[in-house]
Amino acid sequence: MSIEVRNVTKKFGDFVAVNDVSLTVPTGELVALLGPSGSGKTSLLRIIAGLEKADAGQVLFEGEDATRRDVRHRGVGFVFQHYALFRHMSVFENVAFGLRVRPRQARPAEAVIREKVMGLLKLVQLDWLATRLPSELSGGQRQRVALARALAVEPRVLLLDEPFGSLDAKVRQELRRWLRRLHDEIRLTSVFVTHDQEEALEVADRVVVMNQGHVEQIGSPEEIFDRPATPFVIRFMGNVNVFHGRVQSGKAHFGSLALDYPEHPHAEERSAAGFTRPYDLDVERTDEAGGGFWATLRHATPAGAVVRLELEGADGAPLQVGIPRDRHEALRPQLGERLYLRPRRVSVFLDA
Amino acid sequence: MAGASTTVLRRGPAPRSLTEPLAVRLVLTAIALAFLFLFLAVPLAAVFAEAFSKGWRAYLDAVREPMALSALKLTLLTAGIAVPLNLVFGLAAAWCIAKFDFPGKSGLTTLIDLPFAVSPVIAGMIFILLFGRQSPLGPWLEAHDLKIVFAVPGLVLATVFVTFPFVARELIPVMQAAGTEEEEAARVLGAGGWQTFFRVTLPAVKWGVLYGVILCNARAMGEFGAVSVVSGHIRGKTNTLPLHVEILYNEYQFQAAFAVASLLTFLALVTLVAKSFIEWRTGRRAASEVAEPPAASDAGFVPGGRAVQP
Repeated sequence: MSIEVRNVTKKFGDFVAVNDVSLTVPTGELVALLGPSGSGKTSLLRIIAGLEKADAGQVLFEGEDATRRDVRHRGVGFVFQHYALFRHMSVFENVAFGLRVRPRQARPAEAVIREKVMGLLKLVQLDWLATRLPSELSGGQRQRVALARALAVEPRVLLLDEPFGSLDAKVRQELRRWLRRLHDEIRLTSVFVTHDQEEALEVADRVVVMNQGHVEQIGSPEEIFDRPATPFVIRFMGNVNVFHGRVQSGKAHFGSLALDYPEHPHAEERSAAGFTRPYDLDVERTDEAGGGFWATLRHATPAGAVVRLELEGADGAPLQVGIPRDRHEALRPQLGERLYLRPRRVSVFLDA
Repeated sequence: MAGASTTVLRRGPAPRSLTEPLAVRLVLTAIALAFLFLFLAVPLAAVFAEAFSKGWRAYLDAVREPMALSALKLTLLTAGIAVPLNLVFGLAAAWCIAKFDFPGKSGLTTLIDLPFAVSPVIAGMIFILLFGRQSPLGPWLEAHDLKIVFAVPGLVLATVFVTFPFVARELIPVMQAAGTEEEEAARVLGAGGWQTFFRVTLPAVKWGVLYGVILCNARAMGEFGAVSVVSGHIRGKTNTLPLHVEILYNEYQFQAAFAVASLLTFLALVTLVAKSFIEWRTGRRAASEVAEPPAASDAGFVPGGRAVQP
C-alpha cells in the first residue's frame, strides 16, 4: 500500500516539529527517515501511524485520505524504539494480542491464532522462546518479538521508530541486514526512522533526509551520498572539509583553489562554501599537475584500511584526508611536512 | 505510602565501605528495637491482655454482644462500599492523570490530596453542612424522607471522602513510570479503549492496585474523626467499631472496650500481613525484571537464516 504525506505540519507549543512536509512512499518500498534528533522524523512517523494528529496537511493511504482515520483502523504495524512489549504477557501472548482483541466475528479460532503466532515467531527465529516473559529476553530478541507482534495483524504498512536504536553495535548490524532481507521477501511498504546515516544507506530503498522539521532531500542512497542537495545533507552524511570562498561568472574561488561553477554564470559576486570528503582529496609532495593547494600535516592515524591524515590549511583551518594504506606507504609523509592536496570532487553551495 | 516502589531499591547487603563499626551498629539497632517494643509491641500486647483480662468467656460476651456485632457489621458495610467506590474513582483518576495531558491536570492532582490535608473532623462537618437539617438541601431531603447525616449513607460518604486519595496516590507514580508506549502499541494493534485498559494498563499495575486497596481498607475500617461527626452515635444503628470502642471506654467498660478494640487490631494485622505479602511479591518481580537476560541472548539468532512468508 502506498503512503502519501501532503503538506503536513505539526507544532508542540511554539516548537515546529514538522514543517509543511510532503513525500510519497510507493508500494513495497523501504524508506528511511533520516535526521538528527529534533528533526521531526519521529513526529512524522507517528503522524503517519495516527499516534499523533497533524495540525495541518493530509496523510493518504493508497490515495485514500486517512488523516482522520483512528490509529486502530489504519492497518499499520508499528515497532517502537523501546519495544513497548506487554511486560506481563509471554512472548506468545504479545504476538497474539492483535488477533485476540479483534471483534468476535473477526477473531480467528484459537488453533489458527496458535499456528499464525508460531509461524511469525519462526520467522523472527524466536519460536523456542514463546513461553518466556519479555524481561527474560535480550534487546535484540525483544525487538524481533516487537516486529513479529506488529506483523501479526497483517498490516498494510510497517512503521519502525529507531528500531535498532537501543541495541549494541554488533546486534544492530546483524538485525538491520536481516530486516533488509525480510523486506525483500515480504515486500511490505515500510518506513523506518533513524539518525544513523550508515543504517539508512545500507537498508533503505530511498532515504528522506530531514532537518528542523522539513525535508532536505529525498533520493536513493546513491543520490543522497553522491549528489547531496544541501550543505546540511553533505555535512550529515559524514566527515567533510569545508572551504569558504566566493563565486562569480561561472567560477568558484576558495583561496588558491579555483573551480568551474556554471550554476552561477552571473557577474554578481556571491559568497559560497565548498565541501569535499576526506577520501576525495589526493595528496602529493609537489603540485606538478596544478589545481592543488598546500597544507601542513599535523597528525596521522595509520590504523585501518584507510590512513586518516589531519592537516592545517594555509588559513589555519583544519583539513581531514583519508588515503589508502599503500598510498601512505609510498608517500611516507612526515609530521609538519607541507603537502599538496588536490580535490577530485567539490560540492559548491551558495551561502544563504 | 510509596512502599511498593521504594522497597525495590533495597537489595543485597551494603558494601563494606558503607557499614559502621560494630558498637555503633549494635547501639542503633538496640535503640530501634527498644522504640519498636515500647511504642508498638507493648501497646499491642496491652490491647490483647486487657481484652482477655477477665477470661475467654468475658471476651466472647463482649464481642458477641448485639451492639458490638452491629458495629462490626456496619464497619464492614462502610468499608465494603467505600473501598470498591474508591477503587473505581482511584483507578479512573490515576488513569487520566498518568496517561493523558489535559488542562487542569495539576489542579486535579492537588484536589485528590485534599482529604489528606483536611482534618477528618472537618471532613465530617462538611457533610453536616451539606446534608444536615440546617443546610440548603436539608428541607428537600426531609421532604423526600432521605436520611444522610446521622445515618448509614453519611457514614459511607464520610469514609469515601477520607479514604479517597489512597488508591489514586498509590497508582499515579506506578502508572507514570509504566509510560504510555504499551498503550500506544495496543491501540496500533487494534485494541479499543476498554480492551487497552483491562488487558494492558491494569495488569501492569495490579500489585499497585491491591496495595492501594489494602491501605484504603485499613483506613476505612479504622476511621474515627469524620465518622464520629456524622454518626450521631446511635447505638446499634450508626456506630462503627471505632465509635463503639469509644462508647464502651467512656462507660468504664474497659475490658469490653479492649475486646472490641482487639477485633479492630486483628483486622489491622491481617491487613499488614497482606501488605507485606504484596511488597514481597512486587520486590521479587522487580528483582526478576532487572536480572540479566539469559546468557543465550542472541546466540539462537542466525542472521543468515531464511525468512519465511508469514
